[in-house]
Amino acid sequence: MAVEKTYQEINARIKAGKAVVVTAEELVSMVKEKGVERAASEVDVVTTGTFGPMCSSGAFLSFGHAKPRIKMHKVWLNNVPAYTGIAAVDAYIGATEVREDDPLNSDHPGEFRYGGGHVIQDLVARKKVMLKATGYGTDCYPRKEIETEITIDDINEAILFNPRNAYQNYNCAINLSAKTIYTYLGVLKPHMGNAHFSTSGQLSPLLKDPMFRTIGIGTRIFLGGGIGYVAWNGTQHFPGRNTGEDGTDYGFAGGTLSVIGDLKQMSPRWLVGTSMIGYGATMTVGLGIPIPILNEEICRYAAVGDDELYAPIVDYSEDYPNFKSSSLGFISYAQLKSGKININGKEVPTAPVSSYPRAREIAATLKTWIKKGDFLLSEPVQLLANADSGIVANSLKG
Amino acid sequence: MAPQKVVLRFDAKISDQPVIYKLVKDYDLVINILKANVNPQKEGTMVLDINGEKAEQGIDYLRSLGVQVKSLTEQIIQNEQKCVSCGACTDICPSGALYIERPDMIVRFDSDRCVVCHLCVKACPMRAMEVCF
Ligand code: SF4
Ligand code: SF4
Repeated sequence: MAVEKTYQEINARIKAGKAVVVTAEELVSMVKEKGVERAASEVDVVTTGTFGPMCSSGAFLSFGHAKPRIKMHKVWLNNVPAYTGIAAVDAYIGATEVREDDPLNSDHPGEFRYGGGHVIQDLVARKKVMLKATGYGTDCYPRKEIETEITIDDINEAILFNPRNAYQNYNCAINLSAKTIYTYLGVLKPHMGNAHFSTSGQLSPLLKDPMFRTIGIGTRIFLGGGIGYVAWNGTQHFPGRNTGEDGTDYGFAGGTLSVIGDLKQMSPRWLVGTSMIGYGATMTVGLGIPIPILNEEICRYAAVGDDELYAPIVDYSEDYPNFKSSSLGFISYAQLKSGKININGKEVPTAPVSSYPRAREIAATLKTWIKKGDFLLSEPVQLLANADSGIVANSLKG
Repeated sequence: MAPQKVVLRFDAKISDQPVIYKLVKDYDLVINILKANVNPQKEGTMVLDINGEKAEQGIDYLRSLGVQVKSLTEQIIQNEQKCVSCGACTDICPSGALYIERPDMIVRFDSDRCVVCHLCVKACPMRAMEVCF
């Protein structure tokens, strides 16, 4: 008989301490051994995880009022500008913003030692952060300047809100040019000297529910070491399928999530300020999503292993910067993780830029939380657009 | 003159040339090769003990060929609190000192193989590779 479970049934089992929870990695081998049908009837929840640099991250901070009051017009946190065009004492600190005096790429490749992601990590580490703000003075907000130390516990709200995280799939980046290049996927050596990739493959949340059958608005997740929620689809959410030149299907790609959570309960182990040499500052985010095994289809998708998940190979010296579609083929995550791949007859060493051991730790932590009954699954208020919805990306003219 | 330890880094063009032989023959130096490595891209690294009157001239000769020469007074350490085992340094490290342990994908650092080239210090996005003197 076909397996059909509801969120309510699964949550009842979680509360009773009887839920069967496995990590996505464990499910891959379980399904190979027992088949989809048995795995789907036995397993209630599959946990996933990813820990990689995720631009489009940041936090809303509400500082509280000073005496006399100031309507902040410009704000800096440890000399990193934050955006305060929201309200008098509210600001958004973005992960990729850098210090006012950062030399950027003037001495190429720049180091981008400290940025918004580092500010957020210092905040969650409960370190003191220097807040500086200026205002133009109004009748109700007369003050024009303030400089004071804050900690995350001193301010009223700190809400992590990342408009685009958890990319479903990502490129395998190479460099076909004759010089070293510095990209958001790390340092790429000339003449295909190396290849970098950045998803956790068989543990990656959106590769395990690729058709968004369970992940939607309101899904409760592991975020930055604490609990967060899916707020919306991410920006640049273009769910689709990768297809080879000969029409071969290479699986899903293009989905993203926007996520939210209380920064005060997160941890510096899972929100890490990151400096990509020659590229910029960003933040590495730990994110994990539980997938309820409601039926066999969901189980089948969640059980796909690294040998059946593929990344497109893209040249970052010429094709990517010029927005040209490149056709260097596809490569499986199993091959990427082996340390060597073969591109056009050349052996190329590979390296990840997202941490597989940490992704595994996230999936294991989420599993423990659910097994202990601390973490219940939430049924999404609305599911997100998937590969069937035919969303097409726009691009800028000019 | 006391022997000095130096680290050499060179690209594929130099890997095929008899530079050490030249140092011995033309500059009358006593050379002890402590570590040597050429990766599949033919980029090489070498740690040498150099002893002899003309050590400085020998080093100038290496530099004139485009070899990067640094004296080995520093050490590199991996700050395990900061390293997240992302792996981004492992194909940048020319000597194999930073490597991924499979199947767990944990990044290990073998300081015995490190040639103190500093490439990882800047390439590590978490600033987990530190120089100590
Ligand atoms: S790049 Fe840095 S954080 Fe990543 S594995 Fe290497 S030392 Fe660790
Ligand atoms: S300094 Fe870093 S990159 Fe250079 S050999 Fe040592 S570990 Fe490898």
